[in-house]
Amino acid sequence: MRNFIRSALLACLCCMGAVWAQGASQDAMADRVLPCTACHGEEGRATPDGYFPRIAGKPAGYLYNQLRNFREGRRSYPQMAYLLTHLTDGYLYAMASHFSELQLPYAAPAPATAPQAVLERGEALVRHGDATRDLPACQQCHGQKLTGTEPFIPSLLGLSRDYLSSQLGAWRTGQRHAPAPDCMAQIARHLSLDDVQAVAAWLSVQAVPDDGKAAAHAPDTLPLRCGSLQVQLPPDQRGEQR
Amino acid sequence: MKRRIFGPIALAAAALVAVAVYAVSALNRLGETPLGSGSPAATSPEVVARGAYLARIGDCASCHTQPGGADYAGGRAIRTPFGAVYSSNLTPDDATGLGHWTPDEFWRALHNGRSRDGRLLYPAFPYTEYTHVTREDADAIFSYLRTLAPVRQEPARHQLDFPYSTQAALAVWRALYFRPGSGEVTQQASPELTRGAYLTQGLGHCAACHTPRNALGGLRSDAPLGGGLVEGDAWWAPSLTSEAQAGVSQWAEDDVVALLTRGVSAQAGVSGPMAEVVFSSLQYLDAEDARAMAAWLRQLPQRAETAAHGKPPPAGVLERGHEIYHDQCAQCHGDEGQGKPGAFPALAGNRAVRMAEPLNLVQIVLHGGYLPATAGNPRPYGMPPFRQSLSDDDVAAVLSYIRDAWGNGAPPVGIVSVHRARERAGS
Repeated sequence: MRNFIRSALLACLCCMGAVWAQGASQDAMADRVLPCTACHGEEGRATPDGYFPRIAGKPAGYLYNQLRNFREGRRSYPQMAYLLTHLTDGYLYAMASHFSELQLPYAAPAPATAPQAVLERGEALVRHGDATRDLPACQQCHGQKLTGTEPFIPSLLGLSRDYLSSQLGAWRTGQRHAPAPDCMAQIARHLSLDDVQAVAAWLSVQAVPDDGKAAAHAPDTLPLRCGSLQVQLPPDQRGEQR
Repeated sequence: MKRRIFGPIALAAAALVAVAVYAVSALNRLGETPLGSGSPAATSPEVVARGAYLARIGDCASCHTQPGGADYAGGRAIRTPFGAVYSSNLTPDDATGLGHWTPDEFWRALHNGRSRDGRLLYPAFPYTEYTHVTREDADAIFSYLRTLAPVRQEPARHQLDFPYSTQAALAVWRALYFRPGSGEVTQQASPELTRGAYLTQGLGHCAACHTPRNALGGLRSDAPLGGGLVEGDAWWAPSLTSEAQAGVSQWAEDDVVALLTRGVSAQAGVSGPMAEVVFSSLQYLDAEDARAMAAWLRQLPQRAETAAHGKPPPAGVLERGHEIYHDQCAQCHGDEGQGKPGAFPALAGNRAVRMAEPLNLVQIVLHGGYLPATAGNPRPYGMPPFRQSLSDDDVAAVLSYIRDAWGNGAPPVGIVSVHRARERAGS
């Protein structure tokens, strides 16, 4: 009996330890990123029925690059820029890491509403690109499953059609930039408006495989050089005590 | 007959104009010393390091850097009620920056507000305060700026309304509102207070925002640091001489130091334009200078403010405000406005909530914002933006509720204030 009590107590202590450790590793980041989740949904899992993209589970390097792009004006969304102006690279990376670790299930995709021909054109561009126009396939960088690759390349699935088409459109018109060489800008400049609509229509209705987990690393050879893959990531600040 | 009267009047008028022009021109050259040979001042790594520190405390980079642009290369738009002024390139580029400038010319810009080519400078460049900076400090800053990598970037043309765009208007403005510093404003009872006064009134240029301006943009000498509108009237820089606003005479010195260098103290956090000041400038204050600044701010004479009263809001507004508060705010700020210590500020009894001018509250609700990330508070908490999810009516209702609740007893916020704040912030 005494042994039983002792092991029960020990088990309790272990549990408490585990809870404590979890609390510490979370580091109150969930509270610190409440300004983000107001638009990007609880735990950053915004669904494609709204405009704001899901950020949960995206590669940390990708999220970090976007936070810096907003802060430094390479992406234009004044509200994001305002929130981030007085934050350091280290803190932005802590935020990015926080959201990237939230591997949460995805909602079912929206039903397809675009005509079949549009969807087929979209799928062809995503899977094969168009060699006659120097267009690589999306899969060549964003992974066979289109769920992105660690640490810099994002998933293309689980996003709204509006968001996808406006991002490709913003690259076409020079509204959205990335650190040079800006590979996505080069690609988008070769896309027609119809291409953009077709790609966005097809991507937005795909189910998300493997709960959207990004592949561990990018393919060895990529079709273009991308400045956003050369970014130096700062140390993760989350363990530090305030 | 007519001609006989007209003649003397015309003569007198012409004489008056001549005297006025002479006076304006003389006042504009007050305190200017002749430019020397232009030989570079003696410099050393210590002087450069000191200059880098002083440039931080003067927050030069903040205005002279575009978001995402090269440090000190200029080009940032400074919004004023008279139009936009674009900051100049302070890197030592020969064609577009300070490449050909001499220490004398830099001193004249800082101390007299006159550019290398003799043009008068717009006081968006706060030489009205920098004029109190010593020659030695100005030379150190110049030495530091000379060490920057030159960046070729032509400054954008100012976009000012007529007649503010003319040098003549500027000359009149300066004759009325600008006198070069002579050092006497900084003499205080103790060396610490003297240092504090020098930093706040000179490089720190607190008055540029915290002193109210008259209709022509002149600093009002009857209310130094008494609070004023800034950033195209989008924010209220609270009074430093009122306990009901941002006066700190009742605070412990440590708390003032914490607010200045960490961006947050036990009593308050900085937001809007002040978050930028802490982020890019004040967090770098060395311990002694931070104490000196705090000591000087704490001894500022405080003015009693009559409590703000207003008509109670129409029936239903407070109920609607309570509802919104419960749904959107209580999670962080608590059901009783008690906040969460160390994370989310209490709203009950918070003077930023109760302040007569509600502009900042409206901006904070519309745009949210993080406290600045500083060495002392590297991972700050923040407030979500509600610009898209709450209408003007909703923002007015929830703020009226917060200002009324928990004994705050402040007057309600009108829908027009919210609408105007949205417009001023360009959103």
